[in-house]
Amino acid sequence: MAQIQQENDRLNLAPKKFVLWLFVFASFMIFAALTSGFMVYAGGKGHGLNVQLPDAFIYSTTAIVLSSLTLFLASRAAKRLEFAKQRLFLWLTMLLGFTFFAIQIYAWYILTNKMGIYFVNPNASRSFLYVFTGLHLVHIFAGVIFLIVALIGSYRNKPQVINLYHMDLAAIFWHFVDIIWIYLYVFLLLNQN
Amino acid sequence: MSTLAVQDHSVSHDHDQEHHHHETFLTKYVFSQDHKMIGKQFLITGITMAVIAMLLSILFRIQLAYPDKSFPLLSTLLGRFAPNGRLDPEFYLSLVTIHGTIMVFFVLTAGLSGTFSNLLIPLQVGARDMASPFVNMLSYWFFFIASIIMLSSFFIQKGPAGPGWTIYPPLSALPKAMKGSELGMTLWLASMVLFVASSLMGGINYVSTVLNMRTKGMDLWKMPLTVWAFFLTAILGILSFPVLVAGVVLLIFDRSFGTSFYLSDIVLNGKLLPYSGGSPILFQHLFWFLGHPEVYIVIMPAMGISSEVISVNSRKPIFGYHAMVYSLIGISTLSFIVWGHHMFVTGMNPFLGGVFMITTLIIAVPSAVKTFNWLATIWRGNIKFTPAMLFAIGLVSFFISGGVTGIFLGNAALDIPLHDTYFVVAHFHLVMGSAAIFGMLAGVYHWFPKLFAGRLMDEKLGYLHFWATFVCAYLVFFPMHFMGLDGVPRRYYAMTEFPAFNHWLSVNTFITWAAIVAALAQVAFLYNFFHSIFFGKKATQNPWNANTLEWTAPIEHIHGNWPGEIPTVYRWAYDYSKPGAEEDFIPQTVPLSQTMSSNQEHDFEDNPAGLEQFNEWVKVNRPNEEVK
Repeated sequence: MAQIQQENDRLNLAPKKFVLWLFVFASFMIFAALTSGFMVYAGGKGHGLNVQLPDAFIYSTTAIVLSSLTLFLASRAAKRLEFAKQRLFLWLTMLLGFTFFAIQIYAWYILTNKMGIYFVNPNASRSFLYVFTGLHLVHIFAGVIFLIVALIGSYRNKPQVINLYHMDLAAIFWHFVDIIWIYLYVFLLLNQN
Repeated sequence: MSTLAVQDHSVSHDHDQEHHHHETFLTKYVFSQDHKMIGKQFLITGITMAVIAMLLSILFRIQLAYPDKSFPLLSTLLGRFAPNGRLDPEFYLSLVTIHGTIMVFFVLTAGLSGTFSNLLIPLQVGARDMASPFVNMLSYWFFFIASIIMLSSFFIQKGPAGPGWTIYPPLSALPKAMKGSELGMTLWLASMVLFVASSLMGGINYVSTVLNMRTKGMDLWKMPLTVWAFFLTAILGILSFPVLVAGVVLLIFDRSFGTSFYLSDIVLNGKLLPYSGGSPILFQHLFWFLGHPEVYIVIMPAMGISSEVISVNSRKPIFGYHAMVYSLIGISTLSFIVWGHHMFVTGMNPFLGGVFMITTLIIAVPSAVKTFNWLATIWRGNIKFTPAMLFAIGLVSFFISGGVTGIFLGNAALDIPLHDTYFVVAHFHLVMGSAAIFGMLAGVYHWFPKLFAGRLMDEKLGYLHFWATFVCAYLVFFPMHFMGLDGVPRRYYAMTEFPAFNHWLSVNTFITWAAIVAALAQVAFLYNFFHSIFFGKKATQNPWNANTLEWTAPIEHIHGNWPGEIPTVYRWAYDYSKPGAEEDFIPQTVPLSQTMSSNQEHDFEDNPAGLEQFNEWVKVNRPNEEVK
């Protein structure tokens, strides 16, 4: 009993995990503010987006949804003490994350070079397109750092408590980033005309 | 048996800690991860910033009182910012901007929440430290760097930012618009981004600590009102600061990348700029979605502190504890749906204005609940007029007199003539400026023994400080109402030069002198504060006979707050002057079984076994009384 109490004192991880949840809320508020800003702008000024979103976004959406799946499998493997599998799926998740990143950049290339829709635009709705995707990529970057930390922990044979803690943090953040992208994509699809 | 085992371990555990902690100067005083030290760091940085902001206000007050006079000393002090002994008009705008920014964000957000949330949350809920001490440390250092960057803008060629603390575009978005829109504005934005990061890290920690790390028995309804206030303040910050970030990110794109989020059809120096289609109103929406909750972020911790101080020094339970909590929750919720009342004159649809007007006026209800509860707590109390108590009462006074004018300004029809006049300046300086500062000072006087290892501040100097500040604050801000009603606009460099307003010059001079006296009164505080840190009278462990947990911790600061086990909580924090009790306070750590003579039936609401025991006791000891 005393032993457990002591462990609890030292490794009180639940509040730290909660810290990340709160951070997720704060991040969500940024996107909520930006999309609200878009609505105020587009509604108030009669400036719609009027952009046929490139197909690349469908591919990137597929990639990031798949990455959530592989991360789920990695977490499950970690809980079942199958560490080789955990690492494999973590690597896959990271790979899919980078794929998403690359496709988003490619989508920007299509938008600018093929469609002539630039960031600096008299129609700020179109600038918003870049702000949404760009700020989301910043979050992807942060998510990759969480994945790397989990991966390093797994290779260094950290105690299982810590390993699961890292996995949980990575999962909370990565799924959040995934959901945010789906939110943004659906938002853009609904407002593209 | 298990209790014994736990205690056993705790002792050895602490022993362990002592061995592990070889603290150096750097880890103890600089990069400290101890919440008490971080609280002190926030307080001293906050006080420094407050003094700077106060001096800035004196500078622009001198300009307002003596618009024609030349003060060679100003040229000596400020150089090119005051050529020929008179303030440069654009520097005047910078002074107003930086005074507002520092007071609202650096003093009353970081200085107030940072100090007291850090000091009191772990001590009052019974935790060893914050949820994440490391993030907590980062929070302070981000704040520190933000302060340095903000102040550094005084040392650049064009001077600090000048578009007002609300940084409305286009002034803030076009570097060529005026001196204060150039590098100073960039530094302002950089500083505020770091500040928001600091604020979020702090706020997230406070919420997580309150929700996850309360000691045994400390359920939410046993928390002191201070903790409730800090907790709700932190939630407001988490939800509203990111919106400011979103607004500022777009502003940075407009400033530096040439987008047109906020800009449209602007002619600058006779040249048409390429921006088109943007909406400056969009920025106002994003800014005030933060900006309005922000004023509650400023006032709510002060309210929490006052509630606690007033209850302790009236030797009475706080009147309507639940109502106090629900009114805080009500204010927090309403704060998110009233931002439009800052924008009544932006050409807003009058129907929308009406909606914002109604939501705004509803805030009067929880505010009045709080005010009446404070007054009812003081009513027929056994009042101890400590300096902290005086400042807490001062908060109530300012909150009433400033709050009443809020009802004027919340009405769209009245706001249209009063908008951007000195009436607004008077309103918010009383209701959130003076009130919040007084709450903060009440906290400093009250918890000084907790901040600085059992030292007390001098009472006499405290009284001097209170009365001089209290009287002068009213002398400064009260006449401004009348100026505002007469239509005198705010932020004007020399409004008395206009024939319509030149009869206000004498009032302006009067206000300036009152402000100077108020500033001098702060010397009494500063001397008292710094002198008492080293030479203050030694206090006992619980100098105010208060109930809350922080006074059960040893006087000497130790890492982990309590030696051995963290105390368990058995009752709420407001058992003052309970009938039948031996003393006029019963700390939260005293179990009901030890206070049979003062127990009431409602103390056992969800404790049938305890109630039965109590009834037994009543039967034996008070045979005359009937127990239902």
